[in-house]
Amino acid sequence: MSNQSIHIVSTTAVPVDMENVDTDQIIPARFLKATSRDGFGENLFRDWRYNSDGSPKKEFALNDPAYQGKILVAGKNFGCGSSREHAAWAIKDAGFDVVISSFFADIFKNNALNNFLLPVTVSEGLLKEIFSAIKNNPSALITINLPDQTITLEPTGRKERFEINNYKKTCLLNGYDDIDYLLSIRDEIETFENRHA
Amino acid sequence: MAKTLFEKIWDQHVVKTIDGGPSVLYIDKHFIHEVTSPQAFKGLEKRGLEVFRPRQIVATADHNVPTVDQHLPIKDELSRMQVQQLIANCAKHGVELYGLGHPYQGIVHVIGPELGITRPGMTIVCGDSHTSTHGAFGAIAFGIGTSEVEMVMATQCLLQSRPKLMRINVEGALNKGVVSKDIILYIIAQISASGATGYFVEFSGSAIRQLSMEARMTICNMSIEMGARGGMIAPDDTTFDYLKDRAFAPKGAEWDTALAGWKELFSDTDAVFDKEIHIDAATIEPMITYGTNPGMGISVTGHIPSETEITETEKPSYLKSLDYMGLKAGSAIKGKKVDYVFIGSCTNSRIEDLRMVAAFVKGRKKSKDIEAWIVPGSKQVEKQAIEEGLDKIFEAAGFFLRQPGCSACLAMNEDKIPAGKYCISTSNRNFEGRQGPSARTLLASPLTAAVAAITGEVADVREYL
Ligand code: SF4
Repeated sequence: MSNQSIHIVSTTAVPVDMENVDTDQIIPARFLKATSRDGFGENLFRDWRYNSDGSPKKEFALNDPAYQGKILVAGKNFGCGSSREHAAWAIKDAGFDVVISSFFADIFKNNALNNFLLPVTVSEGLLKEIFSAIKNNPSALITINLPDQTITLEPTGRKERFEINNYKKTCLLNGYDDIDYLLSIRDEIETFENRHA
Repeated sequence: MAKTLFEKIWDQHVVKTIDGGPSVLYIDKHFIHEVTSPQAFKGLEKRGLEVFRPRQIVATADHNVPTVDQHLPIKDELSRMQVQQLIANCAKHGVELYGLGHPYQGIVHVIGPELGITRPGMTIVCGDSHTSTHGAFGAIAFGIGTSEVEMVMATQCLLQSRPKLMRINVEGALNKGVVSKDIILYIIAQISASGATGYFVEFSGSAIRQLSMEARMTICNMSIEMGARGGMIAPDDTTFDYLKDRAFAPKGAEWDTALAGWKELFSDTDAVFDKEIHIDAATIEPMITYGTNPGMGISVTGHIPSETEITETEKPSYLKSLDYMGLKAGSAIKGKKVDYVFIGSCTNSRIEDLRMVAAFVKGRKKSKDIEAWIVPGSKQVEKQAIEEGLDKIFEAAGFFLRQPGCSACLAMNEDKIPAGKYCISTSNRNFEGRQGPSARTLLASPLTAAVAAITGEVADVREYL
């Protein structure tokens, strides 16, 4: 929805040091029965976060009070599997604005961008450094600068540029969404339809 | 200029391209289901919009539906509400719905093709990752998120960047007992669960050409499991024969015109792909997965990789998955006892899959320790199975033929695999909890699933043919 925007995020981060995190882990299917977009944060990583009796699993980073912040850091191929946008909603609803990984699954990436959740793709090397920095010191800061397209791991000062499509960047900076744009060219779409039929 | 199949279809659907940005892609067909559409309808209404082209949308209820006693109200309140919401939304916005009780109802990726709604040269989307299935007809078909569902409802368009293109050539003849599910599990095991991320994949080669439409759909269905945006296969006589006379296929002169267009849909000989992979069909054996992503596949005669075969970065997820699966590194998979056999899902629930299983189990009996479920992909598949007498064969073999739906493919409806139990499943995902909290999934072909039902363990179907 077009009431948000992202510029600079500078916070501590929560690590999920696991590769191939699929959207069934991010939000299991049994929680997809709602018909609104809200409240999914509660069940983010449900089965990794809680035992079957509902008690929290202490060792999982989201349950560790030492880890706070608006940035989630995860291993390669994050968000693979089901196209459920509920995964992006859950992460956003749980208070995150940025997800960092060395590789994102396509559909998840689009879903995230459509919900003003910024996926930042970093090199394998930087990802490793981030994991060890925040595990050593959970109060380590990470800064994401969207206008400059840079990410900085503050404790080591290592800085890297990340890619984002120019159009999407403009949307995120200004709080626009794709529907606003597509609606504005409906005439052109209708002209196309006449040709296409 | 030489073009790939993908480029031919893509170029025909670009309304315009934003400078330095994505293209506006026109969508011909939009499938929806109860799980990923309610928030889109809500969003649309919040903006004060109507559905732009309701006649280009087809809806069904599949994920949440029970697969027994479908004439009764759905017991689970939230599931029932979601299905009711779909009925209300479709009625309000003039969208055709094949809901529970309708003779066309079924899993969205099964009904589109069998009704002839899915056709070559189309752009097709659905708020569901396995929309890639429809690519088997030579269409650009891919899964989208709910915000995108809303976009298509509002404008019949999506903003898309053109993906990179990959071609996977599978040449040669398949071994006895090896079917299309084995081909795709083999490919994913080779290139990993993220091996095709960022790509749209065309499958080609003599081994693909000789496959039926059902078998092609199985392959395209699982292209998402290697990260691909979608998979596709150029249409040919097999495609055209399959489509002819289907309920919504063009008829008469319209058919002739359509057919002439479809015959142009192939990758030109000198078309260029960003990446090409070659696979020798003869090296493929019956496959099975041991871990918790579809890339963790091995031949049924193989062994689970030992720790030394795994790279450092892969180790945490590898160890976690073996722990979850209760399997030992380095051990053989053959002979592993299983508890459940699930034959169904948009990957393998078509009539041909049911026939394949029936032919194998005919005159045999399932092991007494096994619970064996067969869930047809649609009402039409169910009807045909009964007409062909397959139901009798399943019953005699001790299999439970249920009613159509997604069923135990995902733990969202009543059909779940209990915690800790092993299930050989013809579905597409072996993620943790996919078939129920703490359920353990081994993905395999309908044949490998059928032989497991008989023997009660992971077996090599070739020894029984
Ligand atoms: S059968 Fe499984 S994979 Fe296919 S649409 Fe249903 S839930 Fe998704």
